[in-house]
Amino acid sequence: MTLLPEYPQARGCPFQPASGYADYEPVSKVRLYNGREVWAVTGHAEARQVLLDPGTYSSDRVHPHYPALAPRFESARKVRNFIGMDPPEHTVQRRMLLSSFTVKKTNALRPRIQTLVDGLIDEIEAKGPVADLVPDFALPVPSIVICELLGVPYADHAFFEHQSRRVVTGSTTLEESADAFAQLKAYLDDLIQRKQREPGDGLLDTLIAEQVGTGGLTRAELVDIALLLLVAGHETTASAIALGVVTLLEHPDQLAALRSDPRLLPTAVEELLRFMAIADGIARFATADADLAGHRVRAGDGVVVVIATANRDGEAFPSPAAFAVDRGARHHVSFGHGVHQCIGQNLARAEMEIALGTLFRRLPGLRLARDLADLPIKEAGGVQGVWELPVTW
Amino acid sequence: MRISADQGRCLGAGQCVLSAPDRFDQSELGLVEVLDPEVPEGDEKRFRDILDLCPSQALSLEA
Repeated sequence: MTLLPEYPQARGCPFQPASGYADYEPVSKVRLYNGREVWAVTGHAEARQVLLDPGTYSSDRVHPHYPALAPRFESARKVRNFIGMDPPEHTVQRRMLLSSFTVKKTNALRPRIQTLVDGLIDEIEAKGPVADLVPDFALPVPSIVICELLGVPYADHAFFEHQSRRVVTGSTTLEESADAFAQLKAYLDDLIQRKQREPGDGLLDTLIAEQVGTGGLTRAELVDIALLLLVAGHETTASAIALGVVTLLEHPDQLAALRSDPRLLPTAVEELLRFMAIADGIARFATADADLAGHRVRAGDGVVVVIATANRDGEAFPSPAAFAVDRGARHHVSFGHGVHQCIGQNLARAEMEIALGTLFRRLPGLRLARDLADLPIKEAGGVQGVWELPVTW
Repeated sequence: MRISADQGRCLGAGQCVLSAPDRFDQSELGLVEVLDPEVPEGDEKRFRDILDLCPSQALSLEA
């Protein structure tokens, strides 16, 4: 008997989908780490079909049918917030947060992000080459921004960055991720209790006043929401900034095009999002029998939407393997699609635009200080990117 | 054609505001507001593409 292909698979190049995905059919069965067989959906139209239909394809992480793509997903069942809920429960929680993530609100943060980015580049220049852009640049930008937005003290960053990393890394064991989730929960519960006594002016303080104070949320529910916003708010964007630097440096013609016309920055960021697919895949499970591209999905079946391949679907993106900063296509599924599409996406765009635009402007001679092939790639089953990014200029 | 928005479906991704800030805004609650619903003749394709980006399918074109 031939074994089914595995999902997820490790990338050989940090900005290219795992080569093994090329062997998948548009909709086909694959095998997860624990031996479970689930449907992998690799096409763009099929990905959208699944993500637009939460009534058929559930996000309920607590449910035993929800597939664990890596051991860390088993631990995540103990964290309950809107990313792992279906409507209408999901809708109620998400709407509590919307006013803080509008395009206007995130654009209002741009001057602050610019100051922050300039300060970090000042420090990098002062220290001189070689710099590791992961700890010196890519991580602190989103980490400081999400701290200020939520009202989490950045002084605690070493703690929550370490624990977040244990939560989002593909190779994290069940025990490690369970411990990391428990530590983050205890930290945030303590922080929220302190804020209840001494309110600040972050989003968590607003939610304490507007929701916990009025019975809209319990403190435990707010802890789980805070955990999602804090972890997702910095780990993914940090990966995207670092890998964005790598991707641009490895496509010198595209970097030159961007440099010659900085107005391309928003479309360049959009293309980076499509091309890199930092979140490799998204899990769902079917709550009813359904037809999917000629296949009969049964109630209870697990489904993984492979973002990395949906974004490279030639039906949706002409010359999909080409990285083109002027492509101007925003229908990639890097932020997901449907009701769960990333709530922080416009903050991520602002951070990427300012971080990448400023870095390449201020350090025109920027180049990798190590071969691309020798950069440590983040493991399959977690947020994708590079662990280290030594550069010189 | 006119753009119709369903605030009951909106989940505040902001794709419409990014695509056409002259046509869409977000309320204090973060929900879609149509600033100008009129779609000029010949512009239907552009607006269908914009509406198609909405992840919560809160926007439609009506005759």
